[in-house]
Amino acid sequence: MESASRILRKVLREEAFYFFSSIGNYIGENAASLEEFSEKIKEVNSRSLEFHLYRGDFEKWVDEVLGDAELAGRIKELRNRKLVRDDLQDQLYLTVLKRCNELKTGLPQSV
Amino acid sequence: MKIKRQAISLDDLDWKILQALQENAKQTYSETGRLLNVAHSTVYERIKKMEEHGIIKKYTTVVNLEGAGMKYITAVMTIITDPKESENVAEKLSKFNNVLEVYTSLSEELLIIAKVIAEDQSELHSFIAHSVAPLPGVLRIRTSIITKKHKEEGFPVGPNLNISKEG
Repeated sequence: MESASRILRKVLREEAFYFFSSIGNYIGENAASLEEFSEKIKEVNSRSLEFHLYRGDFEKWVDEVLGDAELAGRIKELRNRKLVRDDLQDQLYLTVLKRCNELKTGLPQSV
Repeated sequence: MKIKRQAISLDDLDWKILQALQENAKQTYSETGRLLNVAHSTVYERIKKMEEHGIIKKYTTVVNLEGAGMKYITAVMTIITDPKESENVAEKLSKFNNVLEVYTSLSEELLIIAKVIAEDQSELHSFIAHSVAPLPGVLRIRTSIITKKHKEEGFPVGPNLNISKEG
C-alpha cells in the first residue's frame, strides 16, 4: 500500500489528469494532485465527469498514477450506482474529499 | 491569391511538365515528352532544373491504406494555445508520426490545426490526453473525427490559378 504522502504528492504535468468533455475534446482543466482533483470536480461541467467516470478514467488514474487502490475502489462503486449530473458531481466530490482528509489525518473517517 | 514564386521563373512548358508529373510521377521522360510534343532530353533538363531549385520537392507514393487492410480513423484537432508557446506546441506536434499536418491560424485566438490518424477512437483519445493536452501552452482542444472524405488533392499547379472555377 502506498504511503499517504506519496498518494497526496503533486505529479508531473505528463501524469496529471486532463479533463475532457468527449473523445479528444480537452476543456482546459487538469489536476496534478488528489487535492487539486477534488477542487476541479467542483468546477468542471458534470458532463465531463460523466464522460470520464463511465470510461473508468478516474479510477485508473487514481490507482495507476497516484497509487490509491482504496479510492479507486470507492470511485468504482460510484460508477456502479449509475449516478449522473449533480448527484454524480456531489458524490464524487465528497468521496474524494473524504479520502483526502483520511490521508491527511491518517485516520479513516465516517461518512 | 498570389503564388509565392521561387528564385527561378517557370514558363508554360515547365508548368505542363509539373502538371503531367502530378498526374503520374512514374512516367518516363520520353512519355512526358511525347505527351507534350517535346524531346525527352528537354523534359530531363527541365525536371533537373526544377529539382535543383527545389520547385520539385520530392516524389512520393499515395497509399490506399484501406486497400492494404489497415483500419484507421482521421481527425482534425483544433488546439487553442497560449500565444507565447504556440510555436513550441506546433513544433512538438510535428514530431509525432501519427500527426500528418500541422498549421497555425490566427482567428479570435491563436489556433493550431492538426490532422491526426489513429487506429480507433480509444487510441485517438489516449494520444490526445497523454501526449497533446500535457504540452505546455495548450489551453483547450477541440477534435472532429472525419467520417467521409469528399476530396483530397495536391496543390493545383499552373501559371494561373482559377481558385473558384469548377473543374
